Amino acid sequence: MKKLLYILLLVVPFSVYSAGAEVELEDADIDLSDVQSLERGAKNYVTYCLGCHSAKHIRYKRMAIDLNLDEDKVLQDIAPLGAGIYDQMHSAMNAKDAAKWFGTTPPDLSLIARVRGADWLYTYLRSFYADPSRPYGVNNRVFEDVGMPNVLWQLQGEQTASIKNIDGKPVITELVSKGNGKMSKKEFDRFVNDLVNFLVYIGEPVQMERKAMGKYVLFYILLFTIVAYLLKREYWKDIH
Amino acid sequence: MKNRIGQCTDWFLSRFPLVKLWNEHMAHYYAPKNFNIWYFFGSLALFVLVNQFVTGIMLTINYKPDAKLAFDSVEYIMRDVNWGWLVRYMHSTGASAFFIIVYLHMFRGVIYGSYKHPRELIWIFGMLIFVALMAEAFMGYLLPWGQMSYWGAQVIISLFSAIPVIGDDLSLWIRGDYVIADATLNRFFAFHVIAVPLVLLILVFLHIVALHEVGSNNPDGIEIKESKDPFGVPVDGIPFHPYYTVKDIVGIGVFLFFFATVIFYMPEMGGYFLEHANFIPADPLKTPEHIAPVWYFTPFYAILRAVPDKFAGVIAMGGAIVVLFLLPWLDRCKVKSIRYRGGIYKKAVLLFVISFIGLGYLGTQPATPGATLVARILTVIYFGFFLLMPLYTRWEKTKPVPTRLTHQPSLEERLPGWIEFFNEVFPQTPVKDSHGNTVMKRRPDRTAMINALIRFAKKLKESLD
Repeated sequence: MKKLLYILLLVVPFSVYSAGAEVELEDADIDLSDVQSLERGAKNYVTYCLGCHSAKHIRYKRMAIDLNLDEDKVLQDIAPLGAGIYDQMHSAMNAKDAAKWFGTTPPDLSLIARVRGADWLYTYLRSFYADPSRPYGVNNRVFEDVGMPNVLWQLQGEQTASIKNIDGKPVITELVSKGNGKMSKKEFDRFVNDLVNFLVYIGEPVQMERKAMGKYVLFYILLFTIVAYLLKREYWKDIH
Repeated sequence: MKNRIGQCTDWFLSRFPLVKLWNEHMAHYYAPKNFNIWYFFGSLALFVLVNQFVTGIMLTINYKPDAKLAFDSVEYIMRDVNWGWLVRYMHSTGASAFFIIVYLHMFRGVIYGSYKHPRELIWIFGMLIFVALMAEAFMGYLLPWGQMSYWGAQVIISLFSAIPVIGDDLSLWIRGDYVIADATLNRFFAFHVIAVPLVLLILVFLHIVALHEVGSNNPDGIEIKESKDPFGVPVDGIPFHPYYTVKDIVGIGVFLFFFATVIFYMPEMGGYFLEHANFIPADPLKTPEHIAPVWYFTPFYAILRAVPDKFAGVIAMGGAIVVLFLLPWLDRCKVKSIRYRGGIYKKAVLLFVISFIGLGYLGTQPATPGATLVARILTVIYFGFFLLMPLYTRWEKTKPVPTRLTHQPSLEERLPGWIEFFNEVFPQTPVKDSHGNTVMKRRPDRTAMINALIRFAKKLKESLD
């Protein structure tokens, strides 16, 4: 019993998560087996993100293999004009210019999902609101005073923040859409979800394979342990 | 042909004492027969050491120790190198696994008095291994060149600058630059890959040689060499090979199951084994909001932060490790095993465990005033456990120690008891199903649960007396 207690005491710290952000994050629906969603996400990324954000750790070739796509189709439909199949997802923007225009170089997004988590990205991309005090006219509820403009505003439409005074401080209670976007709310949520799904995928392209492989490895180790245990019992028969 | 092989073998054996070595350290090395679960961690530590060596060598094949290339080369290993992801996860998970195993291995020594006469030197070598391992892990953590690598190293190295007079020059000398930079990365690579592993290997060798000279301790804390049969073999001893080799293989199987679960399903372990911020490349101009070392350093980091003065904090953190070296001489009780020691020592160990785990948790958290206060109390308990030891171990009311090893029920023998316990708490009760038929279903029984809890509490209290 005492041993059990010690083991419990040792395990507990691992299960405790560190403190979360102030804004409640919404759940992204991540399904890496949904290759169509990933394909849409890849297209969205190239169209809306790649202009500024490279994703230099993923190659178009890898994408074609993992998403079961034809290489020509990847070059035609997804990759920007002139990119080769072995190329990484580089951005055309010059880092020096970028720093001049945005105050900071837009980060490479290969690993952003491993840094921020899917839910944060999903909420962040949908949480821009009009704020005339900012250089690009928008601010973000999740990432305050972010340097990035709202590149998806035409799809989502503009949002305004409704602000209430709580304890003498202005607090954003919710974001209200003006309804002037090209997409409905549902369409836009799916659009962002596809994008985040893609970002999670490029964060660690091997993750699906890794999980699929895991069960065979564990099964083998289990068999090995059983055989090892039987061997041990055989040897230890005469020890009393 | 057969004759030739035989001749070669004879040639070799007449020049090298292989048979003698094998017998002395394996086949005729007698270990107590009552090793329990705590005794797996020694062989497991060796197993993980080998894992770190093999995967480490494979990683250096593609890793580039250059501030401009290091981060990208790690991602290259993760994506473009065949099975590189597996090797890297085995190495990163292995580092954390190593510390879990070593902490449990050391705790075994504390509860069964394995550091006491005549095994003080084994403990000293073991502590040196622990210090070398911390250096190894600290320098290895810089190599991926992520934000946490960079700023964690920045914080730890700047601690040296707290030393009066020579501090600033010393930290400059360690870094090789005014901030953590390419020079630091390069020298840490050299130390992580060559210097410290060599030291570790030598220390492990010395640890085992010293152990085999005096023989293993055991959960009863009795010297098995004191009762020998007419042939000079300890009556309670069994040859290490084959008995403990086959047993340790089972331990390795169980360990691998957990190890593989982490590698294949949760390699980041919720940000504890691989920190989230370490997936951002190191940026000397952006300080992360919250810098925390990897989990295995957090108890000592919490002690550092608990002390208000920086230099005093460094002394306290170093002292928390130095005091472990003195353990064999701080403990004045003649009885080794916790089974026969007084209640005061058991309670002290329990408090120590709580303080160590509590400090470990607080070290991962931001230092709020409340957290700092708790960390201070736990720091006092941590040092109290060691520094008051000469006093409270003298007053201990120990129990009589048997002369021969006692028999404790093994896991197999305990199984029927557990099944009975399960039947008691979840008895078969008649339940009406949707068709109105009476079927037997397992339902939790409240009074049985309360009884079990009371029994557990009583047992816990008893075991602390």
